[in-house]
Amino acid sequence: MNTENPLSPFAYAPAPESRSVVDIAPSYGLFVDGEFTEAADGKVFKTVSPSTEEVLSEVAQAGEADVDRAVKAARKAFVKWSALPGSERAKYLFRIARIVQERSRELAVLETLDNGKPIRETRDADLPLVAAHFFYYAGWADKLGHAGFGPSPKPLGVAGQVIPWNFPLLMLAWKIAPALATGNTVVLKPAETTPLSALFFADICRQAGLPKGVVNILPGYGDAGAALVAHPDVNKVAFTGSTAVGKAIARTVAGTDKKLTLELGGKGANIVFDDAPIDQAVEGIVNGIFFNQGQVCCAGSRLLVQESIHDELLDSLKRRLSTLRLGDPLDKNTDIGAINSAEQLARITTLADQGEAEGAERWSPACELPESGYWFAPTLFTGVTQAHTIARDEIFGPVLSVLTFRTPDEAVAKANNTPYGLSAGIWTEKGSRILAVASRLRAGVVWSNTFNKFDPTSPFGGYKESGFGREGGRHGLEAYLDV
Amino acid sequence: MSEKSEKSGATTEPRLSVLKTYKLYVGGKFPRSESGRVYEVSDSKGNWLANAPRSSRKDARDAVVAARKAFGAWSGATAYNRGQILYRVAEMLEGRREQFVREVAEAEGLSKVKAAAQVDAAIDRWVWYAGWTDKIAQVVGGGNPVAGPYFNLSSPEPTGVVTVLAPQESSFLGLVSVIAPVIATGNTAVVVASEKHPLPALSLGEVLATSDLPGGVVNVLSGGTAEIATPLAAHQDVNAIDLAGAGAELAKELEVAAADNLKRVLRPQPVDYFATPGIDRMTAFLETKTVWHPTGSLGASGSSY
Repeated sequence: MNTENPLSPFAYAPAPESRSVVDIAPSYGLFVDGEFTEAADGKVFKTVSPSTEEVLSEVAQAGEADVDRAVKAARKAFVKWSALPGSERAKYLFRIARIVQERSRELAVLETLDNGKPIRETRDADLPLVAAHFFYYAGWADKLGHAGFGPSPKPLGVAGQVIPWNFPLLMLAWKIAPALATGNTVVLKPAETTPLSALFFADICRQAGLPKGVVNILPGYGDAGAALVAHPDVNKVAFTGSTAVGKAIARTVAGTDKKLTLELGGKGANIVFDDAPIDQAVEGIVNGIFFNQGQVCCAGSRLLVQESIHDELLDSLKRRLSTLRLGDPLDKNTDIGAINSAEQLARITTLADQGEAEGAERWSPACELPESGYWFAPTLFTGVTQAHTIARDEIFGPVLSVLTFRTPDEAVAKANNTPYGLSAGIWTEKGSRILAVASRLRAGVVWSNTFNKFDPTSPFGGYKESGFGREGGRHGLEAYLDV
Repeated sequence: MSEKSEKSGATTEPRLSVLKTYKLYVGGKFPRSESGRVYEVSDSKGNWLANAPRSSRKDARDAVVAARKAFGAWSGATAYNRGQILYRVAEMLEGRREQFVREVAEAEGLSKVKAAAQVDAAIDRWVWYAGWTDKIAQVVGGGNPVAGPYFNLSSPEPTGVVTVLAPQESSFLGLVSVIAPVIATGNTAVVVASEKHPLPALSLGEVLATSDLPGGVVNVLSGGTAEIATPLAAHQDVNAIDLAGAGAELAKELEVAAADNLKRVLRPQPVDYFATPGIDRMTAFLETKTVWHPTGSLGASGSSY
């Protein structure tokens, strides 16, 4: 992790991506009924770059009155939008997919600035997936009768969508693409720390000629999200975020006829058997927990290693971690960027300190953290037991807890020993073991001999307290149809 | 008694029928309520029919334990096997058709003909779901065309222990219509019978017990719907709840309680139980698991098998 070590024969020269491709305005409004407008009460908030703490822009802060205005606009737009032939809606979505592709470099840089994640990830993971989701769901719009929900499934109406800050534009795509394809209209609230890419998306909607009111974007805080979820004229609520907020939302919509889908937290187990290909497993472990600084609901944050290979694997893993490069997210060689906010950094710090206090052994590679911005070194905890807080609570940061097991039964029991059930990983060369273990894991996504793979054709979502409903694939349509 | 009747063994007095003590069906056994309580069940004209057990919170918890214990084997059974057992239920019901016609007629105040139609439809419903066990995975799961060197497969899996509040009015057809889809897909069920008409449900327990259905897969409780459902909706080891038999106010209360561990909730809705059902009562209690595997290209180095 010696990004500045002049003695290293493998020192990299800085390779920053230019930020000149992005033109960030000093202020942005809410996007309601096809127009950018101020908040009703005139409130604004600042969004900063987590890697530098530089203020990027000032953004209108939605309140209850704005939510009401946006829902009204979406309701009005719903009449025409839902009546459009599916083939016409499809063309709008295809246009959006294409414009995203055209502007992907700009959006990748913007996302990196606002979120703090490395450009390597926004460029190679987020943006291609965003375009792919619109492209995939565009094709469903005129084929809904073939999706298995009856011959002519109907949209629900106005969808209220609340998304997190870890994949701002990707989560927007996961929510908006299936909603529009099925004929719903949308009011979406991006997270308060990452509003910019959603507002740029509003401009893409304009370029695509999307009818006014079909997509409305309301940057704001939790209160705006709560008002949106509770709004009596919202027919569908989709939320991605913490389990605690998900439970509150489930209580809010109880007794109403609002359809609800929730994508919540996780504490994914990444199980490595003694016959696993070690080098590939190490790559998978790194990808599982350090992708997006570990700020991933499906992160493989609990490493379950078969006891007989524990030492060998840990040696390899530590060696690999020492080569990770932390620093300027805009540098194309950066592996680990900034933590999204001071608040999130504090949470990670607290939980990691707790892990140490509870007796787990902490290790990080030699690592210099930049002076400004929010940073956390990649961290390993060994000697972790199931009773440790760091093995139970979702940390949502680059912190890996290492546990051991002896038999497949024990691995399965430990993997399932959590209220969460979103993701899991299995590393073994034995096919029958993969199938046997995968079938016993209570998790919505199981990656075998790989990790953190996503695709618009593939349903994603959790068991147990990781939420309900699936996003992606044919399954993702169901959340937006009256079935 | 006359000589003649002594000889023939007949009597002029009408024979006193044997009344049935209705019991719960929990874990494959027929216990009385742990609380020792019963309540009066009457026919549609108000005539006493039987005393039904009034289940307590403890009975509800015991039923969850039984259902959880049964879940592993039932969800792990082959779909073919589950289908045969569901069909076996239909077979056993067919043999006891008259009993259920009588019980439904008494409970709901229906004519023999109308009650028979309900029972026949309920028997046929078991047959319908028996055929679904090994098809639902093909209809709602499958391989996904991933854009990359990966193979992945989405399969439906049962969500776990499901609390089923049986419809209040349709004591048998409605009951079967909400139980069969839950267990066809491999879930186990804690069923709260219709509060007013619990007897067909309790008798169904006797049929299930002799239909090769493992004990604990279906557990039947009778008593106050609200009293039994409240702890079940809050129970941390219940994965889902079907609110079919709850009124609007109770349904909301239970849905709020269910949010504590994010149970899957199927809200009450108007249903024509005579109509052929869709698959939504099955999919409501299914998870989708997507398993990924590389297809040969092993990472950025370009190496491959």
